Amino acid sequence: MVRRSNLCQICRFHRFQWARHTVVLKYWLARWWDTRPLYIHFSLPPQIAVSESYIVVIGLEVHVQLDTRSKMFCGCSTEFGAPPNTQTCPLCIGMPGTLPVMNRRAFDLALKTAVALNCEIPRYTKWDRKQYYYPDLPKGYQISQFDLPMSRNGYLPISDTKGQFSPKRIGIIRAHLEEDAGKSMHDEAAGKADSRIDLNRCGTPLLEIVSEPDMRSPAEAKAYLTELKLLLNYLGVSDCNMQEGSLRVDANINLHIDTPEGTLATPIVEVKNMNSFRAVERALTYEAQRQYEVWKETGRVLGGPGGHKTTRGWDEDAQITREQRTKEESSDYRYFPDPDLVPVTTTEEEVQRVRESLGELPAALRVRLEQTYGIAPYDSDVLVNQGRPLVDYYVELAEACGDGRLAGNWVQQDVLRTLNERQIAIAAFPVSAGALAELLKMVQAGKITTSRGREVLAEMLASGTPAAEAMKALGIEEVDESALEDLCRKLLQANPEVVAEVKEGKTKAIGALIGQAKKRNPNVNPGRVREICLHWIEKAY
Amino acid sequence: MSLIDQTATELLAGLGSGEITSVAVTQACLDQIERHDKNVRAFLRVDAQAALERAEQIDRRRKEGRTLGRLAGLPVALKDVLCTRGEPTTCASRMLEDFRPPYDATVVTRLRAADAVLLGKTNMDEFAMGGSNENSAFGPAHNPWDLTRIPGGSSGGAAASVAARMTPLAVGSDTGGSIREPAALCGVTGLKPTYGRVSRYGLVAFASSLDQIGPLAQTAEDAALLLQVLAGHDPLDSTSVDRPVPDYCETVRRPLEGLRIGLVPEYFGEGLDAEVEAAVRQAVRVYESLGATVKEVSLPHSKYAVATYYIIAPCEASSNLARYDSAHYGYRTDQKRMTAELQAQRKQLEEAGDQAALDDLDNPLIRMYRRSRAEGFGAEVKRRIMLGTYALSAGYYDAYYLKALKVRRLIRRDFDRAFQDVDLIAGPVAPTPAFPIGEKVDDPLSMYLFDLYTASTNLAGIAGISVPCGFSRGGLPIGLHLQGPTFAEEIVLRGAHMFQQATDWHRKSPPLH
Repeated sequence: MVRRSNLCQICRFHRFQWARHTVVLKYWLARWWDTRPLYIHFSLPPQIAVSESYIVVIGLEVHVQLDTRSKMFCGCSTEFGAPPNTQTCPLCIGMPGTLPVMNRRAFDLALKTAVALNCEIPRYTKWDRKQYYYPDLPKGYQISQFDLPMSRNGYLPISDTKGQFSPKRIGIIRAHLEEDAGKSMHDEAAGKADSRIDLNRCGTPLLEIVSEPDMRSPAEAKAYLTELKLLLNYLGVSDCNMQEGSLRVDANINLHIDTPEGTLATPIVEVKNMNSFRAVERALTYEAQRQYEVWKETGRVLGGPGGHKTTRGWDEDAQITREQRTKEESSDYRYFPDPDLVPVTTTEEEVQRVRESLGELPAALRVRLEQTYGIAPYDSDVLVNQGRPLVDYYVELAEACGDGRLAGNWVQQDVLRTLNERQIAIAAFPVSAGALAELLKMVQAGKITTSRGREVLAEMLASGTPAAEAMKALGIEEVDESALEDLCRKLLQANPEVVAEVKEGKTKAIGALIGQAKKRNPNVNPGRVREICLHWIEKAY
Repeated sequence: MSLIDQTATELLAGLGSGEITSVAVTQACLDQIERHDKNVRAFLRVDAQAALERAEQIDRRRKEGRTLGRLAGLPVALKDVLCTRGEPTTCASRMLEDFRPPYDATVVTRLRAADAVLLGKTNMDEFAMGGSNENSAFGPAHNPWDLTRIPGGSSGGAAASVAARMTPLAVGSDTGGSIREPAALCGVTGLKPTYGRVSRYGLVAFASSLDQIGPLAQTAEDAALLLQVLAGHDPLDSTSVDRPVPDYCETVRRPLEGLRIGLVPEYFGEGLDAEVEAAVRQAVRVYESLGATVKEVSLPHSKYAVATYYIIAPCEASSNLARYDSAHYGYRTDQKRMTAELQAQRKQLEEAGDQAALDDLDNPLIRMYRRSRAEGFGAEVKRRIMLGTYALSAGYYDAYYLKALKVRRLIRRDFDRAFQDVDLIAGPVAPTPAFPIGEKVDDPLSMYLFDLYTASTNLAGIAGISVPCGFSRGGLPIGLHLQGPTFAEEIVLRGAHMFQQATDWHRKSPPLH
């Protein structure tokens, strides 16, 4: 357990994340066995006395819409944004007599994801009905999976190149398939009990991925989500668009507090309504702090009086969580096996085939980039997190120019900046990897400087011409070696005082000559000028 | 013989040879309905004009020498639990009184493709829940043999319509005996096929793991004819089985050589009417006279069949009927009245200062659900929804539903073992002949016990048929129950046909005036 962590004991951010705090206070608890320091950020209000340390315990439930053309149990389209109730049929509006037929592609995508999440795939899985009444659930039950999900006991490794936490595995309890409900839109005007139902989404295939409560900070939760989304992208199973509801996150969070009486757990809170990963991180940070304060105030613990699980919604505008109205009795979904569907069996051979078809996944890809191209974990992380197409671009560039690190720097700085500025994907980047490689080769050979190279790239982007032409357009020419030597000799002759200084050991003085060389010919390579001048001084003076 | 007394097979021959026309047959049926259905009430809806138009069209096509379907020109009645596109499909419930499905059930599609003439929709127990037809929201159907008595149920209208010679063929559904029991009580032949043999798509679900569509007709030969059209794999029903459909029409006439009949001592115990027992035992002797051997087989778990059935069926029903929430289609309570009532209640509680009761007051949505379902469903449907909801609730699931599933497996195992020794199991269909309407309405338990001999067929998923085998002294029909292994419809139908070749109980028609 990470009880004595590098996290601030109050805000739970890493002790180095103190942009807002200016000073980090390092201290030891006054207990004789404490050998490791605790940290708090100094600028926090002094009235919050730290008498207990606690850990934050977070588990996440992620609903992912699988990328199928048709719904889970009927042939209706799953496309987003159609006019309300135009993508429905008798089945998905729950008419009597209709029967569900499983969408095999949805199952295959789910299987692919589960295998990539290192899950066990049982030979046999079945469908269950989860029963509750709501107008956006026209059958009165949701077809889901209860006690025999299609996968269980997996894990997803996460790490942080900024060192906020040590690399770890987040356990996956289960990933199961279900159908989505419709969408209810309630009239905001109070008193006008006017609700509208859109059943287009009803029956869309969802994969629910339930993690173990293995995350110990909001940063870890965010890292888990980022890595999960990346994995799903690499697998091509979902577009993971949070705005369109293709990826939805609910979080369960509580605190384990060390007290002189032992470790106490605060009541678990399920946090909903988080519309971005940033929102998840903020909501959880807020919620941890809130739970601590509520505990200080009321002493409520999990399972004790007032210690039942509650649901809170994240209010993005107010940046707080609010209690959602919940029924007092816990809901009873009366799960039972759906008699309209047959169980699905999966053989070991099928799982093996799926495993072989996964392709290179982010974790392995990072390692390969580091090993093949000699780039740092931070750099491979940045590249891989941009998605496979950018990695492909990078690999082509690195191969063509023969310098992985140089390629890495250019992709991360220049290419990514342009993509961000223009809000485009790498596929729309106007300079091909081959063309950029030509430029990098010149930089590499010292024929032009990095800053000149940037100007050339800008020209290539603007005009769509290859490197050589862009250079010509900018008036950049390769300086002939003999012409350069000639220039250097002339400069040395004209500046005997510099020569003298250098001979006295003040090599810095050479800078003056470099400046003059650049004035005479802006295309000269300063490093080369320096080399030639030093060489001549040594040899001829 | 008048047209209405002929069997479907006989009519088909006449139609084929051009002796009779579909219009004539259809008109004869419509006339019979016109004459007697105000008393029998077998039909909830008859579409005379559409039927005649269809008959005319088929006659015309026949004249033109075009290829026609297997049932070309034959009238068929549909239990009102089968969806027919654009036409009311009520399940004899207020809840679906105005419901018109935008699709045909697969069996309806198949019947249309076979050029059947669809006469209309027959009466039934609401949502197929019941064994007497008294649970119809639109009034019970009556037994043509004695109009004061029940026709059986839930496919009571279907059985009565065939018995009253209003149609040569009817399609019913059987969840715990709902084809076989009314067939027995009305003196017609009714088959429940193996689970998965006939597509359930478009059959409004009662208990999905038990429901099966099947034919009702005067004879086994006719039942074979209708099953031939109904049976087959359907990609729209995941539980329908993809295996070839035998040529029932061809094989039904072949007698079974060396037939082994099983008799189950458990079936001849307490509660069985003496006249029914005598008729069934006499029927078994008929088989013996035809060369069959009779052997005693045991179904030790059959005594749990009713209890098991009345857990599993209500559990599934409570779930299947959850969709009738009045939000999307079907009956909805008078919202104006509901809102007024709710406001009045709120005001009253506010004046009384009863905060606790105020907090408990339904929100309008919940009130709408409550009222619509309370008003839209009949008593028996509500009873079963409550039973099922209770049995599936947290803390009860293992004791009821899960246990019932285990017993269900044992019941199936009993049959599997028995069918290693015998080809068919013979017994009674119902413990007594038809009882008077109203006799058991206040005693649901004795009503449930009426399913004693039929429920286990559905629990095991096997095939079963009811064949007329005699009459009580009061002139009420008695049925013989033949059960066969899964997908043994061929054997079951051949066995029934053999019996009907040797007897004429199935040719008797009720004295309607």
